[in-house]
Amino acid sequence: MSETTGGVEMDEEVSGVVKKFLYVNRKAPYGTIYALESLEVVLIAAAFDQDVSLVFLDDGVYQLVKGQHTKPIDVKNFSPTYRALEGYDIEKLYVEKESLEARGLTEADLIVPVTLLSATEMAELMEDQDVVMSF
Amino acid sequence: MLHTVNKSPFERDSLERCLQYARKGSAILLIEDGVYGALKGTVVTDKVKKAMKNVTIYALYPDIEARGMQDKAIDGIKLVDYGGFVDLVTEHRNVQSWL
Repeated sequence: MSETTGGVEMDEEVSGVVKKFLYVNRKAPYGTIYALESLEVVLIAAAFDQDVSLVFLDDGVYQLVKGQHTKPIDVKNFSPTYRALEGYDIEKLYVEKESLEARGLTEADLIVPVTLLSATEMAELMEDQDVVMSF
Repeated sequence: MLHTVNKSPFERDSLERCLQYARKGSAILLIEDGVYGALKGTVVTDKVKKAMKNVTIYALYPDIEARGMQDKAIDGIKLVDYGGFVDLVTEHRNVQSWL
Protein backbone atom coordinates (compact mmCIF):
# COMPACT_ATOMS: atom_id res chain seq x y z
CA MET A 1 0.00 0.00 0.00
CA SER A 2 2.65 2.43 1.00
CA GLU A 3 4.66 1.54 -2.10
CA THR A 4 1.79 2.29 -4.46
CA THR A 5 0.91 5.55 -2.74
CA GLY A 6 4.49 6.74 -2.77
CA GLY A 7 4.93 7.02 0.97
CA VAL A 8 1.70 8.85 1.78
CA GLU A 9 1.36 6.98 5.07
CA MET A 10 4.68 8.34 6.25
CA ASP A 11 3.68 11.86 5.24
CA GLU A 12 0.50 11.58 7.25
CA GLU A 13 2.48 10.53 10.26
CA VAL A 14 4.81 13.49 9.88
CA SER A 15 2.00 15.99 9.40
CA GLY A 16 0.36 14.62 12.55
CA VAL A 17 3.07 16.20 14.72
CA VAL A 18 1.85 19.50 16.11
CA LYS A 19 4.47 21.75 17.67
CA LYS A 20 4.07 24.93 19.60
CA PHE A 21 5.41 27.82 17.54
CA LEU A 22 5.94 31.25 19.05
CA TYR A 23 6.62 34.32 16.94
CA VAL A 24 8.25 37.18 18.84
CA ASN A 25 7.68 40.62 17.28
CA ARG A 26 9.82 43.48 18.58
CA LYS A 27 10.00 45.95 15.67
CA ALA A 28 7.83 48.87 14.60
CA PRO A 29 5.90 48.21 11.37
CA TYR A 30 7.36 50.37 8.56
CA GLY A 31 10.92 51.43 9.43
CA THR A 32 12.21 47.93 8.72
CA ILE A 33 10.86 44.86 6.89
CA TYR A 34 10.77 42.61 10.01
CA ALA A 35 7.06 43.01 10.83
CA LEU A 36 5.88 42.19 7.33
CA GLU A 37 8.26 39.21 7.05
CA SER A 38 7.02 37.87 10.39
CA LEU A 39 3.44 37.94 9.14
CA GLU A 40 4.43 35.99 6.02
CA VAL A 41 6.12 33.28 8.06
CA VAL A 42 3.21 33.11 10.52
CA LEU A 43 0.81 32.42 7.65
CA ILE A 44 3.07 29.62 6.38
CA ALA A 45 3.08 27.92 9.78
CA ALA A 46 -0.70 28.24 9.90
CA ALA A 47 -0.94 26.34 6.60
CA PHE A 48 0.81 23.41 8.33
CA ASP A 49 -1.79 23.30 11.14
CA GLN A 50 0.68 24.10 13.89
CA ASP A 51 -0.06 25.54 17.32
CA VAL A 52 0.81 29.19 16.70
CA SER A 53 1.13 32.04 19.18
CA LEU A 54 2.21 35.60 18.45
CA VAL A 55 3.72 37.93 21.01
CA PHE A 56 4.30 41.65 20.66
CA LEU A 57 6.97 43.32 22.80
CA ASP A 58 8.77 46.65 22.78
CA ASP A 59 8.24 48.51 19.47
CA GLY A 60 6.46 45.41 18.17
CA VAL A 61 3.29 46.66 19.88
CA TYR A 62 3.18 49.45 17.27
CA GLN A 63 2.37 46.82 14.62
CA LEU A 64 -1.10 46.45 16.12
CA VAL A 65 -2.03 50.11 16.43
CA LYS A 66 -5.39 51.07 14.87
CA GLY A 67 -5.85 53.69 12.18
CA GLN A 68 -2.68 53.11 10.15
CA HIS A 69 -2.96 55.04 6.92
CA THR A 70 0.05 54.39 4.72
CA LYS A 71 -0.97 55.89 1.39
CA PRO A 72 1.01 59.10 2.08
CA ILE A 73 4.27 57.13 2.42
CA ASP A 74 3.38 54.83 -0.48
CA VAL A 75 3.82 51.47 1.28
CA LYS A 76 1.36 48.62 1.82
CA ASN A 77 -0.71 48.85 4.99
CA PHE A 78 -0.54 45.29 6.29
CA SER A 79 -2.24 45.95 9.62
CA PRO A 80 -5.65 44.58 8.43
CA THR A 81 -3.93 41.18 8.10
CA TYR A 82 -3.79 40.88 11.90
CA ARG A 83 -7.59 40.88 11.87
CA ALA A 84 -7.62 38.11 9.26
CA LEU A 85 -5.42 35.77 11.34
CA GLU A 86 -8.50 34.42 13.09
CA GLY A 87 -9.57 32.93 9.75
CA TYR A 88 -6.34 30.89 9.77
CA ASP A 89 -7.04 29.64 13.30
CA ILE A 90 -4.40 31.94 14.76
CA GLU A 91 -6.15 33.30 17.80
CA LYS A 92 -3.40 33.51 20.40
CA LEU A 93 -2.06 37.06 20.34
CA TYR A 94 -0.22 38.33 23.39
CA VAL A 95 0.95 41.86 24.13
CA GLU A 96 3.35 42.85 26.89
CA LYS A 97 1.66 45.26 29.28
CA GLU A 98 4.86 47.14 30.14
CA SER A 99 5.62 47.85 26.46
CA LEU A 100 2.16 49.35 25.90
CA GLU A 101 2.41 51.52 28.99
CA ALA A 102 5.87 52.87 28.12
CA ARG A 103 4.38 54.07 24.81
CA GLY A 104 1.26 55.67 26.29
CA LEU A 105 -0.96 53.07 24.62
CA THR A 106 -3.86 50.96 25.89
CA GLU A 107 -5.69 47.90 24.59
CA ALA A 108 -8.25 50.30 23.07
CA ASP A 109 -5.57 51.56 20.64
CA LEU A 110 -5.14 48.08 19.12
CA ILE A 111 -6.73 46.73 15.95
CA VAL A 112 -7.40 43.20 17.31
CA PRO A 113 -8.37 41.64 20.63
CA VAL A 114 -5.26 40.50 22.50
CA THR A 115 -4.29 39.03 25.84
CA LEU A 116 -2.17 41.37 27.94
CA LEU A 117 0.67 39.70 29.84
CA SER A 118 3.31 41.02 32.19
CA ALA A 119 6.96 40.47 31.25
CA THR A 120 7.13 37.67 33.82
CA GLU A 121 4.10 35.93 32.35
CA MET A 122 5.51 36.43 28.86
CA ALA A 123 8.74 34.71 29.92
CA GLU A 124 6.72 31.72 31.14
CA LEU A 125 4.88 31.53 27.82
CA MET A 126 8.21 31.51 25.96
CA GLU A 127 9.55 28.74 28.16
CA ASP A 128 6.59 26.56 27.20
CA GLN A 129 7.26 26.58 23.40
CA ASP A 130 8.85 24.04 21.06
CA VAL A 131 10.02 26.61 18.52
CA VAL A 132 10.59 30.34 19.04
CA MET A 133 11.14 32.64 16.07
CA SER A 134 12.22 36.24 16.51
CA PHE A 135 11.53 39.22 14.32
CA MET B 1 21.49 73.49 11.86
CA LEU B 2 18.75 71.00 11.05
CA HIS B 3 18.90 67.63 12.77
CA THR B 4 16.90 64.65 11.53
CA VAL B 5 16.14 61.50 13.53
CA ASN B 6 14.70 58.41 11.82
CA LYS B 7 14.92 55.76 14.57
CA SER B 8 12.49 54.90 17.36
CA PRO B 9 13.63 56.39 20.70
CA PHE B 10 12.74 53.08 22.34
CA GLU B 11 15.15 51.11 20.20
CA ARG B 12 18.11 53.44 19.65
CA ASP B 13 19.65 56.39 21.43
CA SER B 14 19.57 58.58 18.28
CA LEU B 15 16.94 60.98 19.63
CA GLU B 16 18.59 61.20 23.02
CA ARG B 17 22.00 61.99 21.49
CA CYS B 18 20.43 64.47 19.08
CA LEU B 19 18.74 66.29 21.96
CA GLN B 20 22.08 66.51 23.74
CA TYR B 21 23.80 67.95 20.68
CA ALA B 22 21.12 70.28 19.33
CA ARG B 23 22.04 73.86 20.23
CA LYS B 24 19.60 76.59 21.12
CA GLY B 25 17.64 77.79 18.11
CA SER B 26 18.28 74.73 15.97
CA ALA B 27 15.60 72.52 14.45
CA ILE B 28 14.95 68.81 14.81
CA LEU B 29 12.84 66.93 12.28
CA LEU B 30 11.51 63.50 13.27
CA ILE B 31 10.92 61.15 10.32
CA GLU B 32 10.15 57.44 9.75
CA ASP B 33 10.31 55.54 13.09
CA GLY B 34 11.69 58.76 14.60
CA VAL B 35 8.09 60.04 14.80
CA TYR B 36 7.49 57.73 17.78
CA GLY B 37 9.52 60.32 19.68
CA ALA B 38 6.89 62.98 18.92
CA LEU B 39 4.06 61.36 20.84
CA LYS B 40 2.22 62.20 24.06
CA GLY B 41 2.21 59.96 27.10
CA THR B 42 5.38 57.97 26.44
CA VAL B 43 8.48 57.50 28.59
CA VAL B 44 10.38 60.02 26.40
CA THR B 45 7.64 62.69 26.21
CA ASP B 46 9.00 64.77 29.11
CA LYS B 47 12.51 64.81 27.67
CA VAL B 48 11.20 66.03 24.33
CA LYS B 49 8.99 68.69 25.92
CA LYS B 50 11.94 69.97 27.89
CA ALA B 51 14.04 70.23 24.73
CA MET B 52 11.27 72.21 23.04
CA LYS B 53 12.14 75.18 25.24
CA ASN B 54 15.38 75.59 23.24
CA VAL B 55 14.83 73.95 19.88
CA THR B 56 11.95 73.70 17.42
CA ILE B 57 10.77 70.16 16.84
CA TYR B 58 9.05 69.10 13.64
CA ALA B 59 7.56 65.74 12.67
CA LEU B 60 6.78 64.41 9.21
CA TYR B 61 3.00 63.98 9.22
CA PRO B 62 2.82 61.26 6.51
CA ASP B 63 4.97 59.07 8.79
CA ILE B 64 2.70 59.81 11.76
CA GLU B 65 -0.38 58.90 9.72
CA ALA B 66 1.17 55.68 8.41
CA ARG B 67 1.71 54.56 12.01
CA GLY B 68 -1.83 55.37 13.17
CA MET B 69 -0.68 58.18 15.48
CA GLN B 70 -2.77 61.00 13.96
CA ASP B 71 -4.04 62.49 17.23
CA LYS B 72 -1.11 61.69 19.47
CA ALA B 73 1.57 64.29 18.66
CA ILE B 74 2.80 66.45 21.54
CA ASP B 75 1.26 69.96 21.42
CA GLY B 76 3.77 72.41 20.01
CA ILE B 77 5.47 69.95 17.68
CA LYS B 78 5.11 71.28 14.15
CA LEU B 79 3.72 68.80 11.66
CA VAL B 80 5.09 69.08 8.13
CA ASP B 81 4.56 67.33 4.80
CA TYR B 82 7.26 66.44 2.25
CA GLY B 83 7.25 70.00 0.92
CA GLY B 84 7.84 71.23 4.46
CA PHE B 85 10.74 68.79 4.80
CA VAL B 86 12.36 70.32 1.70
CA ASP B 87 11.76 73.83 3.05
CA LEU B 88 13.51 72.94 6.32
CA VAL B 89 16.51 71.60 4.44
CA THR B 90 16.79 74.76 2.35
CA GLU B 91 16.27 77.09 5.32
CA HIS B 92 19.19 75.62 7.28
CA ARG B 93 22.84 75.90 6.40
CA ASN B 94 23.49 72.21 7.02
CA VAL B 95 21.85 68.97 8.11
CA GLN B 96 22.94 66.34 10.60
CA SER B 97 21.14 62.98 10.23
CA TRP B 98 21.07 60.90 13.41
CA LEU B 99 20.72 57.35 12.09
